[in-house]
Amino acid sequence: MIPGQKQLSSLEELLEGIWKQNPVFVMVLGMCPVLAVSVSAVNALSMGLATLFVLLGSTLLVSLLRNVVPREVRIATYILIIATFVTVVDYLIQAISLAVYDALGAFIQLIVVNCMILGRAEAHASKNPPGRALLNALGMGVGFAIGLFAIGAVREILGAGKLFGFALFGPDFQPWVIMVLPPGGFFVLGAWLLLFNWLNSRKATPVKPVEGHAHV
Amino acid sequence: MTARIELRTSPHVVKGSSVERIMFHVVLALLPIAAFSVWQYGLSALALIVTITLTCLASERLFNRLSGQYSTLSDWSATITGLLLALTLPPSFPLWMGAVAGFMAIALGKALFGGIGYNVMNPALVGRAFVQAAFPVAITTWVPAFAPNRFSEFVPTTFTAPLMTPPDVSAWAKSALDGFTGATPLARWKFDNVLATPHDFLSGAVTASAGETSAILILLCGAYLAIRKFMDWRIPVAILGSAALTALLFQMIDPARYPDPLFVLLSGGMMLGAVFMASDMATSPVTPKGVWIYGTLIGVVTVMIRYFGGLTEGVMYAILLGNALAPLIDQVTQPKVFGEVKTIKGKGA
Repeated sequence: MIPGQKQLSSLEELLEGIWKQNPVFVMVLGMCPVLAVSVSAVNALSMGLATLFVLLGSTLLVSLLRNVVPREVRIATYILIIATFVTVVDYLIQAISLAVYDALGAFIQLIVVNCMILGRAEAHASKNPPGRALLNALGMGVGFAIGLFAIGAVREILGAGKLFGFALFGPDFQPWVIMVLPPGGFFVLGAWLLLFNWLNSRKATPVKPVEGHAHV
Repeated sequence: MTARIELRTSPHVVKGSSVERIMFHVVLALLPIAAFSVWQYGLSALALIVTITLTCLASERLFNRLSGQYSTLSDWSATITGLLLALTLPPSFPLWMGAVAGFMAIALGKALFGGIGYNVMNPALVGRAFVQAAFPVAITTWVPAFAPNRFSEFVPTTFTAPLMTPPDVSAWAKSALDGFTGATPLARWKFDNVLATPHDFLSGAVTASAGETSAILILLCGAYLAIRKFMDWRIPVAILGSAALTALLFQMIDPARYPDPLFVLLSGGMMLGAVFMASDMATSPVTPKGVWIYGTLIGVVTVMIRYFGGLTEGVMYAILLGNALAPLIDQVTQPKVFGEVKTIKGKGA
């Protein structure tokens, strides 16, 4: 726990990652997989779950070993721990669905360098007991998966007229080609960020029309 | 006591021209081109122009409300965006896609940056670039000009249900006009090596976007704006001049392969882009030297995309690129202040 910070309740710790510090919409971390694999809802959700698994596993180990690992080599140790779980999830996805494995491609292995996971290990798991660290990791992982799914769903609906592979609009749907291309990922992510920032700013200060002209 | 405070940037000199007035005159200058387009393509072009303009106005109002500003509809800029956007799209473009383009033009091109004067790129072209990437088939589906039934019926694609694929229009186009090929002069040059004659262009009897074909009309309206000093004449002159020179150079190298400069100037969106899009005040450089660089860059890039790119038309991307570079061009072409002495490097104050 960071000194000077109020101890959060268990529920707050869990909700931290899902809402207040959402890795995708608030912290904007781990954007590489978010933009690259969010072409469809299935891909996005698989990536989200894979990341959640790695995050939970590595958080538990890092938290348990937090008093054993020397400070000087902590980052290397975290990476080693994360890589172990990524290898597990890599083989797991291959065993469960080869189609998903092919669709996600190198981005499964690249979970190793997801800064959100390393950030959790460094900023939270290495300073908290296993229970609290796991709770926080669960929130963060679920928040990451929700963020990925929110982008993947919009891109699949507009880019293919489908959700989880089911056609929503019938055979005559006109796909928005741009949505399955890289710019589509940026547009949808930007739109979600806009929405979240707007909601937050509305909560913070109610907007009033400016009196007169304000050309600054 | 609540005093009404007006914060405005300098100059504080009271002068006849204002943003509203300039924009209103640009709208006036665009109306003849829109009218010609309706005369050429009939009801479908009219429906497209009206739909897109209304979408742009509605989007502008929506973003005004969301950001807590007063309405900026009365400065005419959203109207210009709508008109320009409609004139760059094929007349058979489905209305729902037009509405998407209009919304994206205002949202991505303008509102995100903070509204009029703050936008980096021309909003109309941002909208067009979005639908070009989203609906590549619909935006390259053309219908013949001067179809005999253009004032009695709509093109079948116009009223495509939202989110649905537009129907195949080739049968309708063939029945409307015999011998219709469905390709623009640029595409016919690029893929079939067939050159359209200047007469085809000037009479408007070519396949093109709604407002591209009336070169003389565009030049006249542009001249009106330039004479009234509502537009920097250097920009269109630099674009058209550099494009013509580049085309001439290529024609001298290989006359069999490259078309003459007149074809390059008259075909596609060159005229409309040079006169009305690139000259947008907010997105072009302000220094005299910078304006020439900016125009030349757009002209040369357009010709390069047309000759060597995968697309048949390059004006849109050339202008967007020019827009993006405009602040940089301004920075490196700052004029020297009178009496300023160049400081020696290392000894500067």
